[in-house]
Parts: sequence; C-alpha cells; structure tokens
Amino acid sequence: MAVVGNQIVRRRAGGPIHWIRLLGSAVIKGITFVGGMSILLGQTFKWTWRGLFRRKVRFSHHHLIQQMIRVGVRSIPIVLLVQFAIGFILALQMAPELDRWGQAEQVASINAIAGFRELGPLMAAIVLSGFAGASIAAELGTMVTTEEIEALQVQAINPVRFLVVPRVLATVIMMLCLTVLADLTLVFGGFITGVLQLGISPARYYHLTLEALTNKGFLTGLIKGGLFGLLISLIACYQGLSVKPADGSEGVGRATTVTVVRSIVAIVIMDAILTALFYVYNFFER
Amino acid sequence: MSEPEPVIKLENLVKRFGQQTVLDGINLEVYPGETMVIMGGSGCGKSTLLRIMIGSIKPTSGKVIMLGQSLAQLSESEIDELRKKIGILFQSGALFNSMTVGENVALPLREHTKLHRDVIDLQVTIKLNQVSLLQARDKMPAQISGGMKKRAGLARALAMDPQILFYDEPSAGLDPVTSSQIDELIMNLSKGLGVTSVVVTHEMDSAFRIADRMCMLNRGKVLKVATREEFEALRDVSDADGFSQDELLMRQFLRGDPEGPISSEEDKGGFFEELGIFSLR
Ligand SMILES: Nc1ncnc2c1ncn2[C@@H]1O[C@H](COP(=O)(O)OP(=O)(O)OP(=O)(O)O)[C@@H](O)[C@H]1O
Ligand SMILES: [Mg+2]
Repeated sequence: MAVVGNQIVRRRAGGPIHWIRLLGSAVIKGITFVGGMSILLGQTFKWTWRGLFRRKVRFSHHHLIQQMIRVGVRSIPIVLLVQFAIGFILALQMAPELDRWGQAEQVASINAIAGFRELGPLMAAIVLSGFAGASIAAELGTMVTTEEIEALQVQAINPVRFLVVPRVLATVIMMLCLTVLADLTLVFGGFITGVLQLGISPARYYHLTLEALTNKGFLTGLIKGGLFGLLISLIACYQGLSVKPADGSEGVGRATTVTVVRSIVAIVIMDAILTALFYVYNFFER
Repeated sequence: MSEPEPVIKLENLVKRFGQQTVLDGINLEVYPGETMVIMGGSGCGKSTLLRIMIGSIKPTSGKVIMLGQSLAQLSESEIDELRKKIGILFQSGALFNSMTVGENVALPLREHTKLHRDVIDLQVTIKLNQVSLLQARDKMPAQISGGMKKRAGLARALAMDPQILFYDEPSAGLDPVTSSQIDELIMNLSKGLGVTSVVVTHEMDSAFRIADRMCMLNRGKVLKVATREEFEALRDVSDADGFSQDELLMRQFLRGDPEGPISSEEDKGGFFEELGIFSLR
C-alpha cells in the first residue's frame, strides 16, 4: 500500500516545483504547436506547388470546389448579418459624438476605414473559424479515429496533398471573397443608419466612403483576410490530424474546441502584427 | 537449389509503447505465393505486427525486409512505390466515409494510374463483383453492414492488383457463409494469381482453411511457425501428456478450450504484480 500512498503524495506535491513544471509543459506545448504548424505549412506549400506545376502530381479541381462550397457558403449568411449589424451600430454609436463637432457625416469615413482595414477581415475570420475551422478539425479528427488517414498513407496517398491542400486553398479563397463581402456589408449597414437616421444624402454618403477608401486600406484588408484564412485552415488541419486513434470521439471534440480557441488567438495576434507592419512601419506603401 | 527468397522477412522485431513491450524479438519469413496466418490472443500485438510490416508504424528495433528492400532504409517516396504493390484490408475496413463504395475502390486507381474513367469504372465493377458487392456500389459506407464494409475494403485492397495482401481479421464479425466466401476468395487469389497473403486472425476454422503455414504469437514472442498440417496434428492430439507449457498453450488456443495454461496465466494475478503490490495476495 505504501507504493500507492507514495504515488498520491507525489502527485499532490505543490510549491514552486509544481509551477515550474506547469510552465515547462506550457512552453513545450507552445513549441510543439508552432513547430508542427510550420512543418505542415511547409508541406502544404510543397504539395500545392507540385500540384500546380508538376504534371505527375494530381491536383483535383473537383475537390477544391467541393471544399469551397462546404467551407464558405454556409458562413455567408452569418457574416452578412454580423457585418450589417456592426456597420449599423457603429454608425449609430459614433453619430452623436461626431455631431458635437458638426461632423456627423464622418460616420461614412469611419465605417469605411474600420470596415475595410479591420472589421471586414477580422469578423469574417472569426465567423469562419467557428464554421470552417471547427468542421475541418472534426472531419479530419474523425478520419484519424476511423483509420482513414492510415488507410490513405498505406495506399501511398499523401494526406497533406489529398486532404490538407484542398482545404487550405478553399479556405483562403473563400476568406478573400468573404472579406470583400464583409467590407461591403459593413459599409452598407452604416449607409442605412447614415441615410435613414442621420439624414445624409445617399450620394454624399457614397462620395465620402470612396474618399476614405484607399487602395492601401482595401489591399491590406484583403491580405489580412487571406492570411487569416491560411491560419484558420492550417490550425484546423493540424488539430484534426493530431488526434490519436485511441482518443476516440472525445479527442475529436477536444480538437474542435482547441481549433476555435487557437484560431481566434492566432488571428488576433496576426492582426496586431500585420497592422503594425502596414501602418506603423509603413511596410506596405500605397 | 535452395529455398526461394522470402517476400517478407522480419528480423528480431521489437516494438514498445512506452513501458509496454508489445512485440519482443519477432523473426518470421513469408515466401512467395504462400498464405501465412498469424494467430494469437486478443491484444497480443497482431495488428501492431501488421502495421509494422506495412510501414505504417516504425519498430523500436529490428528490421522489416519486403520484396528485398529494408523498409528502414527507404525514403518516403520509395516506400510509397512499394506500397502500390501491396494491398491491405483493415480490421475495421477503414473505408473513406465521404465517398461511395465504388469511389472507394476507384480511388487508388484514380490516384496512381492514368487509366481512362471508363476503364476504372470497369475495374471497379470487376473488383466489386469479386466480393459480391456490386449492388452496393453507390451506397455510402455508413449505409452498409459491417460485413459489407469488410468486403468493400477487400475490393479496395485488390484494386491495384497487389503482389502481397495483408488481412487483419478478414472474417471476424461475419456470418459463417460470408466468412467462408471471404476465405474462398483469399484462397483463389493466392492459388490462382500467386498473391502472397499475410492473414491475422483468431478464427481458427478460417485459419485452418486458408493457411499454408501458421505462426503463433504469445506475449510478444513467436511460439511456433509451422505448416498447417503440423498445427492440425497439435490440435487433434488427444493425449497431451508430456507436452511443454508452450505446446499446451497452443493446443488450448487451437481447440478453443476454456481450461488450460492461457486461463491459469490470467489467474496468477498479473494485474497486482504490475502494480507492484505483492503483499495483497
Ligand atoms: N498506438 C498505440 N499506443 C499505445 N499502445 C498501443 C498502440 N497500439 C496498440 N497498443 C497496445 O498494443 C497491444 C497490442 O495491440 P494490437 O492492436 O496489436 O492487438 P491485437 O493482437 O491486434 O488485438 P485484437 O485481436 O483485439 O485485434 C495492446 O495492448 C494495445 O493496448
Ligand atoms: Mg487487431
């Protein structure tokens, strides 16, 4: 019995050792994640490149389109709803404040800038990580537990080429489309408030929006959107493929949750870095 | 004239999962055209052995030599080339759930050959017919029974006309008729086309039907490799006096007796021993 007792005592050991251990395992987890993601990114590039430029490697357009529909289409209504509401609310909230300075019209510029540079790609990405990210992780995780991934490998079909590449490409392409859609919807939400509530004429609103909208604003937003798409899909594929056959459906559930959480954290960090590059260091002029 | 080169050769194979030693020094040779049946109790590492042979997991130590090449020394793409020459039937079937049965069978052909769609369709028809599953061609895996899944998995394994076929429990969970049909199919492939087969099973009836040679595993070691006739003789001996412990154990397994060394091994209380608590006994 002493052995059993001993083990319990050892497991309960608290104090600094305990915290150092926790810290250590967090660091190891972080390094494993970043390392694994980088390897997956490298492989994805390799197989995309080969698929596009080498005759021998198959590249299935059919798969890609199937994935685009699955990934993107279902999230469109939610993105539209969220962005319209944000545009509408943002304009309503800003208007009284701006009015004090006699600048109520400027809601148009604010909405355009906020939408195209920031909120369009950001909100589209967050919605997509819930839709596409979670579903990709669940799908691939399930395929691990049903031995489908192993079956692919032993049939000499590379899972990265066959499963990851079409999902990543589909997500990136759909994120670009969703970003544009989200940008426009947010502006439209502001437009409704501006015209109906604040009495700005439609032509004037349109003019002000175009004035605020620079190429740089639009393009940096689009680049953000594309990179967010890359992040979401890579994290989802990584988490899904990291499920162990023995983890079963519980492991799949965990992978799904972890995907959404990590995606959102990664998106926000990436957003901060990109914004710093684009606007503080003017990395991308014009 | 010596023996032919073995198609598969396992040299001193060891596999550990953490503390647990699942395979402990396996040596085995499989010759061209023969059907080798690997037997052993549940959880004794049969599937693990199969996975190592097909290069799906790496052994802790030891060597796998397949078709004259050592797996450990091959690059990823060389292993893939080798894999196109082998077919595997998984224990669970492992069909791709997002594709129909027909598409499952067509996939390796689509991926690895430049055959025209119509030719692939024809191939799929032939393979599905071989396992009498043509009527399920357009069904999804979720819509068919366990036995049908296994047969579909077999049709997929046959798609590339492999030189070596690996079967993990081909007849487990099937009704007796389907089970003997599968056995029949395995024998036809081996006798008719000269396919080398490695079959993992604990269904003794089926094992004795299809085997040329058999291999008995216990506790991660090979107890005996011998021809089917020798194992039959061991099973049918009525008087077991003077048998070694190993022979008694194999005899019990082959006969499916409830009493014998296998049962008493469990009674010894290995559970408590593993916990390191001797005083409780
Ligand atoms: N990936 C793994 N990680 C840890 N342990 C494993 C793993 N795969 C198998 N094992 C262990 O190895 C042992 C042998 O498993 P294996 O699946 O090879 O048995 P088996 O002989 O095929 O059993 P069955 O007849 O039930 O299919 C089991 O105790 C199992 O717990
Ligand atoms: Mg098994």
